[in-house]
Amino acid sequence: MRLLTHNILSSNIKGVTNGFPLGIEVEKVVEKQVEINHDFLRNIFPKIDWKAFSDASKIMGYVELPEESPEPSVLDSDLDFLRKFHHALLELHLEEGALVCPQTGRKFPVNKGIPNMLLHEDEV
Amino acid sequence: MSNRPELQAPPEIFYDDAEARKYTSSSRIAEIQTKLSERALELLALPDDGVPRLLLDIGCGSGLSGETITENGHQWIGLDISHSMLNVALEKEVEGDLLLGDMGQGLGLRPGVIDGAISISAVQWLCNADKSSHEPRLRLKAFFGSLYRCFARGARAVLQVYPENLAQHELILSYAMRAGFAGGVVVDYPHSTKRRKEYLVLTCGPPSLSTAVPCGKGEDGESCSDDDSSGDEENQTVSISDRHRPRKKQKINKKGKGREWVLKKKEQMRRKGNVVPPDTKYTARKRKARF
Repeated sequence: MRLLTHNILSSNIKGVTNGFPLGIEVEKVVEKQVEINHDFLRNIFPKIDWKAFSDASKIMGYVELPEESPEPSVLDSDLDFLRKFHHALLELHLEEGALVCPQTGRKFPVNKGIPNMLLHEDEV
Repeated sequence: MSNRPELQAPPEIFYDDAEARKYTSSSRIAEIQTKLSERALELLALPDDGVPRLLLDIGCGSGLSGETITENGHQWIGLDISHSMLNVALEKEVEGDLLLGDMGQGLGLRPGVIDGAISISAVQWLCNADKSSHEPRLRLKAFFGSLYRCFARGARAVLQVYPENLAQHELILSYAMRAGFAGGVVVDYPHSTKRRKEYLVLTCGPPSLSTAVPCGKGEDGESCSDDDSSGDEENQTVSISDRHRPRKKQKINKKGKGREWVLKKKEQMRRKGNVVPPDTKYTARKRKARF
């Protein structure tokens, strides 16, 4: 599961109002090379919740991202930033671990990179 | 298909390892799924500007449809309820992220993040109550509601479905509209039972050129498109409504024939030569209802 997916996933449990962002428990992180695409990065940048993204990338072990959300103009000029953004967003994979609902603490296990988001009967 | 998969078992059980194998080994299945996915992407009508978008693949299964999305240069996230099918997708090392989840429980995605969604042969599974705790309407509501919320402005969904009957078709459509979607149904090859395919094209946001529903493919290039948001029925080559049976109207009795009329009739009969009782004050008097 990449951080791109983590950034848009929220806890779907009944009664939970503050289900985003999901906490991450890391057991295994894998890096997979992906070709960089600047257009995609520029398109997706406004939709990313930067705080959740930078916190998550730190938990995954990548500390190069700036804390503060950068100015959009940076996307056009700063290639180095784009590289880091691309790496954190698309190349870091959580293979084994869990996602944690911030409100209830319920864990969604992640196996082979697939988070199990199935809710139990009483959580729907 | 004589027996629909939806009636045999819930999807997470029907799509077990054996069934999932078919999706790798059978070239026929792979070909059909690829064709459906390409058509769905075509109907999605994403802008042709070379910018990769973030799409959802609902009921992504073995990742066949996802691969088509990757080939078209977009990023995707797939959701499926079957572990076995997702394992097949893992084996194929698909580019998109996979989620093990139940669409009837709601998608659980943040608002405004998704640029489009496709679904191949999946949404009709929502219409069956597979567990005693399932209520298909609630599941449809949760699915379409969460789908609408996570869409960015102007995003579209193309859902290829196999509804069992008209009732299911209407059910799916009605919950999509209730969630706020506009759009309609595109039917390819409406006259061929084998080739007939139905695509729900749902749009989000203000109506514009991009929200006009495209035309379906036909045998001889005929178009068939049923636009529910405007409700008009032009070019309908397939009429799929139930017969209108006129309801039996209640008998409307005339106010009743008065004394004058009765007397006139009696005169007529007398003239004819019939034996008619004499006219008295009792003629055509109102009797009790149970006379």
